[in-house]
Amino acid sequence: MGFSKQTYQRAPATLANLLALFALLFTHNLFASQSQVQRGEQLYLENCSTCHGNQGKGGMGIPLSIDSFLNSASNQYLKKTIRLGRPERIMPSFYWLAEKDIDAIIEFISTWRNAPAPVWNQAAIKGEVQSGKALFTQHCASCHGSKGQGGTGSGMRFSRPRDLPITAPALNNQGFLNSIADEMLHYIISHGRKETPMPAATSLGLDKQEINDLVSYIRSFQQQTLRKKPLYHEEPASLIVDSPYSFDETIENVKRAITGSNFVHIRDQALTDGFKLEPSADSKQTVIYFCSFSFLYEALKIDPRVGMFLPCRITVTETKGKVQMMSINPRHLSQLFNNNELDTSCSEMHDVYTSILEDASL
Amino acid sequence: MKRLFLYTLLSLSLLAFKAQAVVTGEMIMIRSSEAFPEAMALLQESISQHGYTLSRVQRVDVGLSAKGYKTDKYRVVFFGKGKQIQSLSARYPQLVPYLPLKIAIYAEGENTILVTSNPSVFNDMFQLPELRPVFNQWHKDISSILKVVQNQN
Repeated sequence: MGFSKQTYQRAPATLANLLALFALLFTHNLFASQSQVQRGEQLYLENCSTCHGNQGKGGMGIPLSIDSFLNSASNQYLKKTIRLGRPERIMPSFYWLAEKDIDAIIEFISTWRNAPAPVWNQAAIKGEVQSGKALFTQHCASCHGSKGQGGTGSGMRFSRPRDLPITAPALNNQGFLNSIADEMLHYIISHGRKETPMPAATSLGLDKQEINDLVSYIRSFQQQTLRKKPLYHEEPASLIVDSPYSFDETIENVKRAITGSNFVHIRDQALTDGFKLEPSADSKQTVIYFCSFSFLYEALKIDPRVGMFLPCRITVTETKGKVQMMSINPRHLSQLFNNNELDTSCSEMHDVYTSILEDASL
Repeated sequence: MKRLFLYTLLSLSLLAFKAQAVVTGEMIMIRSSEAFPEAMALLQESISQHGYTLSRVQRVDVGLSAKGYKTDKYRVVFFGKGKQIQSLSARYPQLVPYLPLKIAIYAEGENTILVTSNPSVFNDMFQLPELRPVFNQWHKDISSILKVVQNQN
């Protein structure tokens, strides 16, 4: 029994290792707590600022730095909102952010607060749903929609004059309803949002019970579970149709079909134009660009991000004697935008592409 | 002391690796504090610095204005690596409608917004495992291109 000489010799080295690790962990934690806000700011700039503005002044998203928002928004509300997003209303679910990253973002947002974050009771408020419905129709529906579906448009300056600082939020949104406590909702309705068109219910003469009724009516929009938007994965990402005609004939057919669909043919070019390449001996690829400016304008009004799939184009290819026509599938892509307003336009555009491809192959 | 230095080095390298392994959503969007012309110049420079060629700029706002629609600045920038596009489009025709790569850039008041789809979504869209490294590289490069524009604020 007893320690060997070798063990005695190893002990100081092990102690040094432990001390080194401890020092590393301690300094790392100290560094982490000091940089939490900076890290939150960086994460905010990466994930939130595009829509909410670098200083939280709003844009496509609501303004986050105004007092009337911060005075009502608990940290729990912010956390759930970031995690759940607003299904079909542009704000995505940030499912990929780690818990500590969301905490850091909230810590950064909290630097805009002039008062401590509120903490709301999570208990349900009891009110009369039918009375709330009548009050909602009278006082809220003109901005928030008859069924609480919210205002239209993305809120971007490009698509909407800035006569309103925000687009009225959708109160029937499941992400919203799963994030907000009744007490917080009651507070917002009572106090309004000073820097926005949202008035205080008390200034409209509503009493506490009537506000309770409104809260209960809005809460009645909530479903048991978050309904997931059906994905169009069964739809292919690209629409591809074989052509029985030659390469040149197909190009002419496509142009004719474009005009027949009341779109304007803009130009043709090789797929690799602009890259200074020798034409490929194996395949021919010509891109035919076209547009309907009224359709384009309306689509951009709904969601300016849609431009990343513009302009409209059909590509005609010939590989080993096989001629094909192909385009993006807007119905497949609409799921990327998390914007139900855009779905209709994408579906219409899908039909236009399909119709042109079919006409050109007849 | 030497050991402490080694631990610190190891820890920092782990942190650096973690910072690169970022998962993001279906879109990559940034807001630049620069006005549109400056942001556009930065974007073009960044694309070229990352080894890509800018093949065309579609002036969406010019077309809309010419037809009488009121619009702020809005452009779509096409870019890619020519030989890669030529080779991929010949082997995988289903990719053709999505080539070259694109970034939409538009004015938002005093700022500029840049947006594109995340090329990583092509992994799900096309189910071509052999192209996973290509799509992921595009994701990494586009994120970096846009980050350069954002960090010039």
